[in-house]
Parts: sequence; structure tokens; C-alpha cells
Amino acid sequence: MTANFAGNQTLIEVLYLIASVLFILSLKWLSAPKTARHGVWAGEIGMVLAIAGTLLHHGIVDYKWIVIALVIGSGIGVPLGLVQMTAVPQRTALSHAFGALCVTLVGTSEFYLRTPDVPRFMMAVLCMEVILASLTFTGSLMAAGKLQEVLPQRPITYKGQNFVNLSILGIAIAVAVYLVLHPGAKQLFPLMIVVPLIFGILMIIPIGGADMPTVISLLNSYAGLSAAAMGFVLNSKLLIIAGALDGSSGFILSVIMSKAMNRSFTNVLFGAFGQVQAAAAAGKEDKTVRSATPDEAAGILAAANRVVVVPGYGMAVAQAQHKVRELYDALTKRGVDVRFAIHPVAGRMPGHMNVLLAEADIPYDRLIEMDDINGDFPQTDVALVIGANDVTNPAARTDQSSPIYGMPILDVDKARTVMVIKRSMNPGFAGIDNPLYYMDKTLMLFGDAKGFVNGIVHELSGNTH
Amino acid sequence: MNSGLIDGLFVFMLAGFIGFEVIRRVSPLLHTPLMSLTNALDAIAVVGAIVLVGEHKSQLSFILGVIAVIAATSNVVGGFLITDRMLKMFKTSRPTKP
Repeated sequence: MTANFAGNQTLIEVLYLIASVLFILSLKWLSAPKTARHGVWAGEIGMVLAIAGTLLHHGIVDYKWIVIALVIGSGIGVPLGLVQMTAVPQRTALSHAFGALCVTLVGTSEFYLRTPDVPRFMMAVLCMEVILASLTFTGSLMAAGKLQEVLPQRPITYKGQNFVNLSILGIAIAVAVYLVLHPGAKQLFPLMIVVPLIFGILMIIPIGGADMPTVISLLNSYAGLSAAAMGFVLNSKLLIIAGALDGSSGFILSVIMSKAMNRSFTNVLFGAFGQVQAAAAAGKEDKTVRSATPDEAAGILAAANRVVVVPGYGMAVAQAQHKVRELYDALTKRGVDVRFAIHPVAGRMPGHMNVLLAEADIPYDRLIEMDDINGDFPQTDVALVIGANDVTNPAARTDQSSPIYGMPILDVDKARTVMVIKRSMNPGFAGIDNPLYYMDKTLMLFGDAKGFVNGIVHELSGNTH
Repeated sequence: MNSGLIDGLFVFMLAGFIGFEVIRRVSPLLHTPLMSLTNALDAIAVVGAIVLVGEHKSQLSFILGVIAVIAATSNVVGGFLITDRMLKMFKTSRPTKP
């Protein structure tokens, strides 16, 4: 930052300042669906200003490769922006990995450019940046692989796992401390990348598919914090701000998700998930269930005044959301009040179910969050559960021995009639039996979600005149 | 050097508080777009990578910088694109239903 370029430097800083303001506004406008798209535009303008300002940087001599890299990056970004809505969780995990990769590489370059002349505090921040970013890189790749189902979704656990993982993290921190004291120890730096890379993989191995919303949020937070650390290293306030915003966003979402999964806060911070693998082999031998056919279900739904649909990820897997929309239309036409009850962890990432239903053109004012709709179940004529299981399990409220005891659930069992679309009586993902299915007011609708909903819609439209 | 550090900590603290207060108000309805948007904004790390490439101080920093610019740009473009696609889908029932 020599004095001759002070004018240019001031312009750059002003552009960064405007970009920071736009970034904050961007998130502020996202708070409501009405203004949310302005938020995207504000973010885009801020980004363009920031990149334009950076290109004015006096030290830049080579523009050709910047342009080439920007073009290639955009070429990769476009298909990643056009994925299916069901694939958004793995896309998000992948983009956390890309962001972390960028931060790791920049941190590595900065180290080799500056060593051995690195002040202690700077070195400490640099170490934090590289450790966080590299473990986020492999961790996010693992999460993306599990979500895409190229890796096994089952949690893989072994004895002493936490000890092994913490020891590996401990090695990384020990190396970091040594580097802070001896910033010239070049040969040790690769360890600072490789060890957290290994830790990132090991951290995700014990995590099962159901915990993914929490994990993605946590990785989001790590990615943000590593970018903020990079801001300290580069002395860029814009980066510190963007990183702090991303970090706090991921942090808030992690807390919301962990509460919805009934996990403690320390559990989230240390990433120790996947412990509740209790094989609840409870006897379900002589309990009886009542079942119904599509036309019986259609009759009950048509006679109802208030219906609440409880969608779960099973609905999305069966690609049934568009059929559900037809059901919504058919019932609304008959004057039935239809709403959707959204559990925070319905789907594979925070808010995923809302996006899937919005994609099927279901109006967002019909999508009601758990806390807002739970009080309405006693006045609900029919609760229709499609592809959801554990989040409707009343054992979470009543049975202290249940592995999900204490988890906040949707109180569907308080509705006058409960209908559950399910393939068979096999217990779900977590292997926990659901007493809801054996209640007198519960009707089991056995079949594929898409086919069964289609059957109901067919009956309803056949009866209209 | 030290004042830069303290400035940075002040900025970080204030931005953290703003982030917390702003994001707390985001409706759970929009948590997925929130994450993809913050992800795109976070890719502002691209500015650090651009400087590395442009300054070309060493072969290593240049090559790592190019890869870093590519990775971050894909996040910028992909993140904004998918966020906007998702937000476009959110519609109310009021204008269409009588």
C-alpha cells in the first residue's frame, strides 16, 4: 500500500464498504419471502463491486489468468446452480467444500509468501484458517457423498472413535502451536493441511443420514469462520464481515437443527453425532392396525373441514410432491382448509421441505412451522402423514425409554383422525417403533406415496360434479 | 500492525452481532435459500485469490490462486443462481385463489 496509489486504494476501500453494506442488506431482505429476491440482487451487486474493486488493486500485473479462472469458475457454477431441488443439500455441501478449498489454498499461499517473517498472532490466525478450511473441505465432500448416496449413509462407528478423532485434531493443534512459535518451520506446514483433511473425513464417518441437516449447518459455520480468519490474514474487513455473517448464520441454523433433533449444544460443537443408534427391537407382535383404501381415505378427507398434511422426506423420495399439490387443489376446491405442518428437520437440510413444496406450487402461506401448528391439531379433523415417521412419534413426548424421548414432534396424535401413508409396517430409518400407528383413530394407508395420493385425487375428482 | 488487528477484531465482533440479529429474523421457510445465499456471499474470498493470481509473486501462489479463483467463482455463480431459482418458486395463495 504505497502512498502513490493512495487514491486508488481509497476507491477500493470505498467499493468494499459499499459491498459490505449490500451484503448485510442482502441477508436482511431475505427475512421475508416478499423482499427475498431483492436480497439476491443486493448480494450480486455487492459481489460485482467487490470484484471490480479488487481488479483495481495496484499490485495486479496479470489479468489474463484472472479472467480465465473467472470464466472456468462460472462454467462450473452454472450447472451447480441448475440442479434439481431434491439435490440442493448435496449441492450446498459441495459448495461448502469449494469455499473451504479456496480458503485453504489462499492460506497456504500466504504462508509460503510470508514465512519466516510472520508475526505470532498472524500465524495463529493463519493456522486457524487453514485447519478449519481443510477439515471443512473433506468433511463437506464426505457429507455431499453421503447425501448423493455414493457413500454409505449408515453411520460407521468403532470403539475409541472419539479418542482417535480428538487425538488427530490434537496433532493439528500441536503443529499449529509449534508453527506460531517457529514461523520459519516450513517443512511442518504441509502437516497443518493433511492432518485436518484426515480429521474432516473421520469426523463425518460416524454421522448418519438423519443428522445431515445439523452437519451441513455446522460445516456452513466452519466455512464462514475460516473465511473470517482469512480476512484477518489479508487485513480485509470485507472478508471479515462476510465470514462473520456466514459463520453466525451457520451457527444459528446448527442450534435450531440440534434443538429439533434434541441434541445438546456441546454435541453440536464437537460434532459428536450418531450416538443414538439404539436398536429398539420393541415387540410389535400382536398390536393391530386399521388400514383403509384410497376411496375410503378420499371420503374421510372430503368430509373434513380442516386437514393438516405432514410431509416427510419419504414424500420427496417418492417424488410425490406434485401429486400432493393436486390433492391440495382438489380439497381446496371442495372448501376444505388444507395446511402443511413442517418439522424443522423434515428434509435433508434446514428448510428443505419448504423448497420442495414451493417447487410443487404449494403457496408458502400454507406451510406452517411446528411451533405454530402444534396447538391446532386438536381442532384438526384429519392429519395426513406422508413419508414422515419419527417426527410424528408420540413416544418422544411420553416414553422416557425411547431413543427419541424429548425430541420436539408434531402432535398429529391429537388430531381427530390420523392417516399415515406408508409402504409397510417396517420401522423407519432410525428403527424406532411408532405407537401412533396402533391408535384407534389412526388409519394406515399402505402403498407408495405417489400412487396412493394419486388414488385419493382420482376418487375426489371422480365425485365432483 | 497491532491496530489493524484490533480493528479487525472490532469489525468481526460487530459483524457477528449484526449477522446474529439479522439472521435470527429470517423465516424458517427460507432457511435453505439462506444457506445458499450466505454461501455465495462467503465466496467473496475470491478477492484474496484474485490478488494472488494477479500479483504472481511465486509460481506456487499463482497456481493455487488460479484454482482458488475457480472454486470460489463457481460458488458465487452457482450460489446466486440457485438462491434466485428457489425464491422465485415461493408464491402466496392470495392472488390466485378467490
